[in-house]
Amino acid sequence: MKLPLYFDNNATTPMDPRVLEAMLPYFTEKFGNSASRNHAFGWAAEEGVDYAREQVAQLIGANEKEIIFTSGATEGDNLGIKGVFEMYQDKGNHIITCVTEHKAVLDTCKHLEKLGAQVTYLPVKEDGLLDLALLEAAMTPQTILVCIMYGNNEIGVIQPVKEIADIAHKHGALFMTDATQTVGKIPVNVDEDGIDLMAFTAHKMYGPKGVGALYVRRKNPRVKVTAQLDGGGHERGMRSGTLNVAGIVGFGKACELCRLEMDKDAKRLSALRDKLQSSLTVLEESYVNGNVANRLPHTANISFKYVEGEGLMMAMKDLAVSSGSACTSASLEPSYVLKSLGLSDDLAHSSIRFGLGRFTTDEEVDFAIEQTKHAVNHLRELSPLWEMFKEGIDLDKVEWVEH
Amino acid sequence: MAYSDKVIDHYTNPRNVGTLDKSKNNVGTGLVGAPECGDVMRLQIEVDSNNVITDAKFKTFGCGSAIASSSLATEWLKGKSIDDAITIDNMDIVEELALPPVKIHCSVLAEDAIKAAINDYRVKNGLAPIESEKSHH
Repeated sequence: MKLPLYFDNNATTPMDPRVLEAMLPYFTEKFGNSASRNHAFGWAAEEGVDYAREQVAQLIGANEKEIIFTSGATEGDNLGIKGVFEMYQDKGNHIITCVTEHKAVLDTCKHLEKLGAQVTYLPVKEDGLLDLALLEAAMTPQTILVCIMYGNNEIGVIQPVKEIADIAHKHGALFMTDATQTVGKIPVNVDEDGIDLMAFTAHKMYGPKGVGALYVRRKNPRVKVTAQLDGGGHERGMRSGTLNVAGIVGFGKACELCRLEMDKDAKRLSALRDKLQSSLTVLEESYVNGNVANRLPHTANISFKYVEGEGLMMAMKDLAVSSGSACTSASLEPSYVLKSLGLSDDLAHSSIRFGLGRFTTDEEVDFAIEQTKHAVNHLRELSPLWEMFKEGIDLDKVEWVEH
Repeated sequence: MAYSDKVIDHYTNPRNVGTLDKSKNNVGTGLVGAPECGDVMRLQIEVDSNNVITDAKFKTFGCGSAIASSSLATEWLKGKSIDDAITIDNMDIVEELALPPVKIHCSVLAEDAIKAAINDYRVKNGLAPIESEKSHH
């Protein structure tokens, strides 16, 4: 076992060696521009891209013509939301999203508000799930887009996308989902799920960084987005720019591997995740954040009360994890996702996210359990809050000298 | 962001972790920060009849830099007179631990904790608290 161990697969995944192998010829031998139509170099590159497009489409049950390659999910979110807003402005200007979305969605929506969009940011329930009645109530004749993420990056909660899509469609709006954490982890089918647009990326599913896709539905209904990058008219005019051929080939291979292996991976990882979770929640005053029934198989987000997340991560020195603690960001604000579940700031500060992945082993999970337990106990020994809690002092009644 | 060796040292082997009897007249307790801000420091001093700090203890809820700042503070306090202790400046802690700008608030909290402990001691012994004149937020 080589330390440190990687438990941050929601941030990014290592690339599968089989993906790298598929990519390598496209750097030096098949290096052509896939848009070069008049020679063998271009044809070889185009062939690689075409094949990858099929691999990507197949994973999500789409037609290959519905795949627009992008630089990643942030670009996909931007292109989908801004592109729909521009394309459908004659129909309306109202967009519905929710507070636990990734910043790539939230900040894109905020940007559009400055350009005249009306945006509704729906709250979530305590378990992180959307309240469908609130969505229904928020729909108006001006609503052009409902954009709700599939699986959450911090807590792993899976939204009821089919039901959300049905509500959107009933009111004549499009449904878009940011499925960055979900595609390749659990079965996603754009037809069964009623998805009109979907952003996802290669590097969360054992592919390379810098490449992703926006799925744009072509039939029932035919969806169009206004291009956000002007240029050579690549990707059916929706996304100009020379294609990242090697990256796209790797993305395709990563999708194929996920299609073939995700059931097995998901089963193994959810068992490991459950073991990690049940072993750690044996510790007093530790809580799992988010709905545990509807959740990505590889994610666990746990708050260890009375210890601070960044300090805790420092004691988990052989584990690469992430925390909702303020101290991990420049903003000094704890995770807005955890806060929107109604978690108090101190519990948000005390959270650790474990993201398991294809290469996580049983042995590594056992090690992580031991080191985390040790770290929590060590820091509680140092924690005045833990001592006060043990003495029976109600911390909510203490007058804190805020700083 | 990597931690300095001194922060790691204090974090890994924190000095003077513990609790003094806060009911004693010669013990001063400072509790600063708030759980929702992600930092709470409790610093305690025990003072002898010559106004010299003979013991100091801390417990801290916070990041590695906050723990290191309070550990360092207890080390510096021991053996100092109250008059000298009150002059400890947060920037001395920043310098000693090589704290990056985003962690300066940890040192401010440690300075506040020192002042709060001294004032608690003073008030217990019939002296007026010392007004803190500045802080480097």
